[in-house]
Amino acid sequence: MSGRRETILWIARDYLKCTGCRRCEIACSLFHEGWIWPEASRIRVFMLVPGIEIPHFCSQCHDYPCVSACPVKALSVDERTGAVIVDREKCTGCGVCIRECPGNIPFFHPGDGKAVICDLCGGDPQCVKVCQEAKFNALWAVREDKTGWGSYNRKLFAQPPEEITKDVAMNLYGEKGEEWI
Amino acid sequence: MVRGYAGKFLEVDLSSGGIKDVTFSDDILRNFVGGRGLATKILWDRLGSRWEEIDPLGPENIFLVLTGPLTGIYPGSRVCVSGKSPQSNGIIGSTLSGEFGNELKCAGYDGIIATGKAEKPVYLFITDDNAEIRSAEHVWGKEAPETIRTLTKEGLELLKRAGRGAEKIKEPAMIYCGPAGESRVRTAAVMQKISHAAGYGGYGAVMGSKNLKAIVVKGRKPLPSVTSPETVKILLREVERQLLERDRLRRWGTGYGGYEVGARQSSEPVRNWQEEWHDEKRFGGPKFDFRYWVKRYWSDFNCPVACMKVAVVKTGPYKGAITDDPDYEMQAYLGPNLGIFDPDKCIYLSALIDYLGFSGINGGNTLAFAAELYQRGILTKEDLGFELNWGDVEAFERLARMIVKREGIGDILAEGTYRAALKISEMKGVDVTKYAVHVKGVEVGAHGTRSGLDFNPIAYACSPQCGDHTSGVYDAYNDARIVFFDSAVVCSMCGSPLIWDFYKAVTGWDLTDADWCRVLGRRIMHIQRAVLLLGGPDIFWRPEIHDDNPPRFYEPLPSGPYKGKTTDRKTFEDMRKQYYEAIGWDERGIPKSSVLRELGLEDVDKALDKVRKQ
Ligand code: SF4
Ligand code: SF4
Ligand code: SF4
Repeated sequence: MSGRRETILWIARDYLKCTGCRRCEIACSLFHEGWIWPEASRIRVFMLVPGIEIPHFCSQCHDYPCVSACPVKALSVDERTGAVIVDREKCTGCGVCIRECPGNIPFFHPGDGKAVICDLCGGDPQCVKVCQEAKFNALWAVREDKTGWGSYNRKLFAQPPEEITKDVAMNLYGEKGEEWI
Repeated sequence: MVRGYAGKFLEVDLSSGGIKDVTFSDDILRNFVGGRGLATKILWDRLGSRWEEIDPLGPENIFLVLTGPLTGIYPGSRVCVSGKSPQSNGIIGSTLSGEFGNELKCAGYDGIIATGKAEKPVYLFITDDNAEIRSAEHVWGKEAPETIRTLTKEGLELLKRAGRGAEKIKEPAMIYCGPAGESRVRTAAVMQKISHAAGYGGYGAVMGSKNLKAIVVKGRKPLPSVTSPETVKILLREVERQLLERDRLRRWGTGYGGYEVGARQSSEPVRNWQEEWHDEKRFGGPKFDFRYWVKRYWSDFNCPVACMKVAVVKTGPYKGAITDDPDYEMQAYLGPNLGIFDPDKCIYLSALIDYLGFSGINGGNTLAFAAELYQRGILTKEDLGFELNWGDVEAFERLARMIVKREGIGDILAEGTYRAALKISEMKGVDVTKYAVHVKGVEVGAHGTRSGLDFNPIAYACSPQCGDHTSGVYDAYNDARIVFFDSAVVCSMCGSPLIWDFYKAVTGWDLTDADWCRVLGRRIMHIQRAVLLLGGPDIFWRPEIHDDNPPRFYEPLPSGPYKGKTTDRKTFEDMRKQYYEAIGWDERGIPKSSVLRELGLEDVDKALDKVRKQ
């Protein structure tokens, strides 16, 4: 290894703090689609229970099951950031990556039907900017060692929104949270 | 096609089940914009000639859900609901926040026009350029949590069936009415999420009268395109920057007012407005904050302010109550106004009122009105079936449930404070209208006029939205600006002078503040004024009598630092006279022919002839 520490970028999240403002969705779609398009945003905020808002997007599993499962090799990992990159030319919209992702995170773009996964905006995450600027702090960028030593187990964040909703509802609403689900 | 608009409206005839798309000319959109403005246009064109005969709770009424060109794009996304109001018999543009507005636009519609009445309970399910009427029998009678849970699940199921299957689809947004609306309680709200309500106007009852339980929508398209996207992006950043500076509003929402309006301004309803002062330090923003708020910032789509907060009662008999904030109005109306000074109880009642789909302000006013009648011995234990003492939250819950089921005295109170006052006066042979705190059938917001530190004396009395505290009037020119927010449909708390630039960048239309305030906004207010005077079918308003404050506002304040102060009649009358003159109404308060003609409202002018002759 050279002297430069090899890091990857990752976006940590605090579901308890998400306000549901969806400005992350707006920033993401403005950046990638050029206009406000919540359904095409790489980060999608679920609200299965009112007051329980779950920002849902790729958490960059250390073993990238989506990437290894893709039958046409449309997915790859960005060396510099660690983001999953979708080759839209190659993607056939088969849905294997969605099924293999422990959080069912990728989804089909409502325009062209191809898989959509957070690409970390090439290293300058727009969603984090707006969340931080509003002092909500539900999202923040983390740079961590590529070796994984002392780092987050990011895969734990790759869960379906229903699962996370359950936990957050219990935390905020107590027993009532159970009734909601 | 005009930019900023999806380009079509969905019209549903609930009687026949017919669904079609309708469009409005650029000219109409340009003049009436959307939301409150377009509502007056649609209602006037379709019902104007028979206005006096239209029963707001009959199938002839029209239920409108409208967005505007800025909905979803400008911070603070809202939708406007309207129709002939079962409270005022006029038109009220009532707005509520949430994701419904932007979902609807992303689905390709600018609004929904629902006419007729379904034979059985139904809900409307809308996805991209598509709509279907579905049975709602299984959620009829259900309170908010079950309605939301059931229809969200069902909506997701339907979307999954229509979609690709493998992916998680985001939940649809919905507006719905609670049991209060189903029973046509005139103070029933249109609801979104758990605590987002369009309370003024009584449009929940209009939904109920049409057997329309809910409208569920998911849009997968982008928001409509705009004229100058790059300018919009810059303006969006700038407005956001301005809003992020509103620290007090962000931190405590309107809840910071709780203690302030009561103790400092002596302007908060206490025990049905018998007093307007209290020094209960248990109330107000910070007191709710550290004990109840599990989320200190809670927003809707595209809102950097997050003035809502999620409050949860964690222990004790009211454990499990979940509501937002409660905001200042709920704190006041479901707190001190009922003699309740315990935040646990206020939150509990606030959650209950929301779950029942009752308007907290209007319904809270009616509950207090009943309690005052009980205090005075006019309504008795025999009339109610139980004692109704100030501060007794269980009794208020019982009464609220009776109103929603229209049981016993609840059936009368379900008619709203003023109509109930008329009935009870007749029943008891005493005049109780002097205890009814409303303006033209709309229960007033939680801001008094007596101390002189809060609302001005004509704010409610001369407003076309009557008791609505969000559109109180003061001067005939500037008042119109709020009409713009309700028409563009965005949250008026997110106001910025940049809104006109925003509007131009979105629609491509030049509109100055002066043009709006002098002509367009004023035209909308004049139509609202005209239908209010036409009124009917059960109650008619005469400006010389009804352009006034509730009698209570002329009683001297009995307590607090402003003890003895009251709304000065002479000042009120002078201000009213000046207002009439400035806005273009004659000395009786009827819009002048010349002014209506100038505004291009010849037909409105003709219709007012009969009012002028009275
Ligand atoms: S910007 Fe932050 S607070 Fe707002 S919805 Fe996204 S994650 Fe939640
Ligand atoms: S979270 Fe899902 S999409 Fe992201 S790396 Fe893991 S499997 Fe792939
Ligand atoms: S990092 Fe960029 S691509 Fe990923 S969710 Fe945020 S805005 Fe979207």
